[in-house]
Amino acid sequence: MMSMDNFMTMLKPMLEGAQMTVLLFFIAIIASIPLGFLITLAVRSNFKPLSWFAHGYIYIMRGTPLLLQLLLICFGLPMLPVVGEYLVLDRFVAACLGFILNYAAYFAEIFRGGLLAIDKGQYEAAQVLGLNKWQTTTRIILPQMFRIALPAVTNESVTLVKDTALLYAVAVPELLHYAQTAVNRDFTIFPFFVAGVIYLFMTLIISMSFKWMERRFKFE
Amino acid sequence: MAIIEVSNLKKSYGQLDVLKQITFDVDKNDVVAIIGPSGSGKSTMLRSLVHLEKVDGGSITVAGDSLVKDGIYASPQEIKKITTKMGMVFQHFNLFPHLTVRENLEIAPKMVKKESATIIRERSSQLLEKIGLINWADAYPAKLSGGQKQRVAIARALMMNPDILLFDEPTSALDPELTGEVLQVMKGLAEEHMTMIVVTHEMGFAKEVANRVIFMDNGEIIESGHPTELFENPQFERTKAFLNRSLK
Repeated sequence: MMSMDNFMTMLKPMLEGAQMTVLLFFIAIIASIPLGFLITLAVRSNFKPLSWFAHGYIYIMRGTPLLLQLLLICFGLPMLPVVGEYLVLDRFVAACLGFILNYAAYFAEIFRGGLLAIDKGQYEAAQVLGLNKWQTTTRIILPQMFRIALPAVTNESVTLVKDTALLYAVAVPELLHYAQTAVNRDFTIFPFFVAGVIYLFMTLIISMSFKWMERRFKFE
Repeated sequence: MAIIEVSNLKKSYGQLDVLKQITFDVDKNDVVAIIGPSGSGKSTMLRSLVHLEKVDGGSITVAGDSLVKDGIYASPQEIKKITTKMGMVFQHFNLFPHLTVRENLEIAPKMVKKESATIIRERSSQLLEKIGLINWADAYPAKLSGGQKQRVAIARALMMNPDILLFDEPTSALDPELTGEVLQVMKGLAEEHMTMIVVTHEMGFAKEVANRVIFMDNGEIIESGHPTELFENPQFERTKAFLNRSLK
């Protein structure tokens, strides 16, 4: 049986690692949601090259493993000829970039679905009332789009928490990294269970916050 | 004096001519009912008046200003100025589901006319009182019945003080027992001499409230006239056939 002291010695670095996980989560969410929305707009743009570019971007980001993208950003970019030497990023920064670029593609598809679900009568009613394009977008369309997209955004956010474990592969110390260290040092797989409980706790908090938002914006 | 003048309006989707040389006038304080079979072009015609549909030819003049002249549209600013003289009520209400009943009423005056909040609030309360939904001011549209939604949609259009109100089959999406409350509100507006153009399948309403009925079929106006005239003594075979079918 593990003593309390031993337990704390094991837990402390894991909690520090969890901070890294949480930090990555917030950076990725805060940056990829607006970026995803911009990509949605690009997809819907009447300017064809922009739309093609956005489609291509989504196709590549969704069509290749996130792990591969992370490895390319961390280890691939510096190996590019000429510009490579300027692209040696801090591992954590590189990882953030990878998560943001990848998740933005998923959020773009979620928002696109949200926009498609909005009846064209909403645009017509706004037009007849004299609202201009900007007012229609910001006051009528976006609030409805976010409401429709909310359950899918929740789902992606939960996935994101778990995907942060991929930091392990690019050697940024996070929760899973410290769990693995403890497993190796103490010859017990108990730290993996602790890590699992910490992940569950984080996803629980996220699910509950989004559920609260869904209730708050139910419009009934 | 004609407040709306429509002449030689033309529109086609590829080979299909949906509007063929439509010409008619609407006088101030008129209540015009437009009837006709599905696909006859009534809704397209109505929607073209507020620029929800673009026409390929002909002219539309509203209160003396040209929205489109011989197929050439006015500038976007002109178009906006002209179309905001008209309010529109849709078959499917098109209320904004994320806004309360009162917010639905107040958003356009706030954002477009930039009137003071007190004036807007006063008018929205008045209108909600008038349509009997003042107790629903803070409810979201999802909580309302179809008839209530359509009454809110009418009030929302009235908030902009339009000179003309257009209705695109306002009762077609309602359960039969709910059409009465909406028609009642429309009748009230007619009694206040609101100029209205109503695309409808409600022959009773056309007979009772309209002072002119236009019968359209196949993209054309077949005949128009006073309701008693048109309903009791239609001049054309197509009108007779349609009326026989719908008055059964």
